[in-house]
Amino acid sequence: MTDLHPEKWDIEINAKGSLLDLKLKEVWHYRDLLVLLVRRDFISFYKQTILGPVWFFIQPVITILFYTLIFGNLAGIPVDGLPKPLFYLAGTIIWNYFADCLNKTSTVFKDNAGILGKVYFPRLIMPLSIVLSNLIRFAVQFLLFIILYIIFILKGEHIIPNIAALLLPLLIIMIASLGLGLGMIISAVTTKYRDIAFIVAFGVPLLMYATTVIYPLSVAQAKYPKYSWLIKFNPITAIIETFRYGCLGKGSFNWELLAYSIVSTIVILLTGIVIFNKVEKTFVDTV
Amino acid sequence: MSKAIKVENLSKAYQLGDFGTGTISRDLERFWAHLRGKEDPFLKIGEVNDRTIKGESDVVWSLNNINFEVEQGDAVGIIGRNGAGKSTLLKILSRVTSPTTGSVKLKGRIASLLEVGTGFHPELSGRENIYLNGAILGMRKAEIRQKFDEIVSFSGVERYIDTPVKRYSSGMYVRLAFAVAAHLESEILIVDEVLAVGDAEFQKKCLGKMGQVSMNEGRTVLFVSHNMAAVKTLCNRGIVLANGQLIYENKQLEAVGFYQTNNNTRSTFEHQGDLTSAPGNENIKVLKFVIRPLTGDSISISTGISLEMIFFNQKTGINLDATFELKNSDEIPVFHNGVLISTNNDSKTGFYTVKCTIPPNLLNAGNYSFKLIFGENQRYQLFGADDFIGFEVENESKGSNSALAPGVIHPKLDFDISYQA
Repeated sequence: MTDLHPEKWDIEINAKGSLLDLKLKEVWHYRDLLVLLVRRDFISFYKQTILGPVWFFIQPVITILFYTLIFGNLAGIPVDGLPKPLFYLAGTIIWNYFADCLNKTSTVFKDNAGILGKVYFPRLIMPLSIVLSNLIRFAVQFLLFIILYIIFILKGEHIIPNIAALLLPLLIIMIASLGLGLGMIISAVTTKYRDIAFIVAFGVPLLMYATTVIYPLSVAQAKYPKYSWLIKFNPITAIIETFRYGCLGKGSFNWELLAYSIVSTIVILLTGIVIFNKVEKTFVDTV
Repeated sequence: MSKAIKVENLSKAYQLGDFGTGTISRDLERFWAHLRGKEDPFLKIGEVNDRTIKGESDVVWSLNNINFEVEQGDAVGIIGRNGAGKSTLLKILSRVTSPTTGSVKLKGRIASLLEVGTGFHPELSGRENIYLNGAILGMRKAEIRQKFDEIVSFSGVERYIDTPVKRYSSGMYVRLAFAVAAHLESEILIVDEVLAVGDAEFQKKCLGKMGQVSMNEGRTVLFVSHNMAAVKTLCNRGIVLANGQLIYENKQLEAVGFYQTNNNTRSTFEHQGDLTSAPGNENIKVLKFVIRPLTGDSISISTGISLEMIFFNQKTGINLDATFELKNSDEIPVFHNGVLISTNNDSKTGFYTVKCTIPPNLLNAGNYSFKLIFGENQRYQLFGADDFIGFEVENESKGSNSALAPGVIHPKLDFDISYQA
């Protein structure tokens, strides 16, 4: 029997796929799964706790309390004349969003090997759900920032936001892309070589000190003019500085630094996508 | 009818051993070969995958050049021993991993029950998990909502539906998980050994549901199982895999029969050549094991069987014994009978011949295999071999009543009938 009409197939499984194809159409079909996974992360975070979602607040509050006591008062690192808790919180919530995205995405294959090894769905859903569920935590912590902001304004502190605050959505997208991109690169490598997981585990907390979380860029530039490029080289520095400049009115903001940060974010995200696509098809065999 | 699945030249290689320091240099070598447009230096195409023998390279071909097609609405049983490549095939079909070479083409949505309960989160309630699990399997939220009541009633865990699943018994967990998966609306359903769980009542329910799925709803089902009875009732076609290769494809009954016959390695054994290379160990070497019908040319229910075994013994001064265990194709032991070779601690070095007969009208028709055990003082095993030899007892056609009678044995009984008015 000869086939007059070539058969039409819905799915073709081949050895190799396209590296840049994100299969966004498929991801869109699975959007309910994305929502449910985010919900699962959110709910399971505070299941069987008494305080429930309040825990989202407690962590940053205690963190900035300690930062204020140790870095602000004990070590006496200047904070551009801003109220210390507000200064630290602005850096911490952005840094936390990045670090959480990076940490969780870098172990996404390993953590979910159980599900991913049994059922097919677009693999991209998993890192996306991490970025989204951390975005909710970021939003909660941002709410805390706004509350603190209002408190300090009512206390008569001189804080003037400016037009750069409108860049906030861009900054959030950049942070998410950086965390996602770096996380995907690391996750792809760790499926086979677990060494990188160790580097991430101790490297990310250390990287915080190379970012302007507990000190402003201006102080670093004044103290170590030769080495401050290292801190500027870090794309998150520009994001935090822009955020502080926009919301608090003080900070080292310039367009060149931000543009550099945008370009490096895009490069990291694209690299992450290519590597992720290469690994996602067969990671089950090596993880 | 149109085709639902088309598998072409499908192969899958796995790397054996551990990933460690050595792997990065291999990866670099592989990358270098790739850059120069050469083939992967570590993949030797065509090596047969037999888990019992040591291969040359540490790359193993789990699937080797598989080709087959499945029509829409077929229920296909995939059978084979452990390590034959069944699960690898299903993993590729369900897109969990991708093949090394070759391609698969599918029509319609595909859903797999490779292991039920994947993605269940212990902290979430049964209700939340139904939605989550359904979404993982590819259902839309509206679809799940529409089928929610049906799923819950099929699972039979209504009472616990708002309790976190970590408080469920393992049986309830599986019931709920299977219920979600069984209500998936996909054109192709892949099932791997899920029926090993749940109680008898639920297993029956699952089998019924799967039969309904393939027969009434016209969906295509691929079913992997070691349970031949389930394959026979559920499937209409069968595929037999061995060592990563497709060795037989036909109607399910023939495939099951083929598998069961070929499961037994050989029907007579006579060792040729050197004594040291004969099967056995430093105590015992088996040289001959032959099974013949007592009368006629082929073994059937009424012929009876003669058995002859020759072995070489090197363990002197003990009470030596030999045991024959006969199993049928469902792995049910039919008998386990031993004989004392030497009784007064006087076993000698040399050749022993053991002969015995299995009387006529004892074994039912079917495939059998012998397990061989040599013992010391009826306590310690000197040497044992599973499935040492296999044979088939043919059914005797009695006119129209030629169907196989059920039962492990088929004795000829002396009936005495009397009548009183």
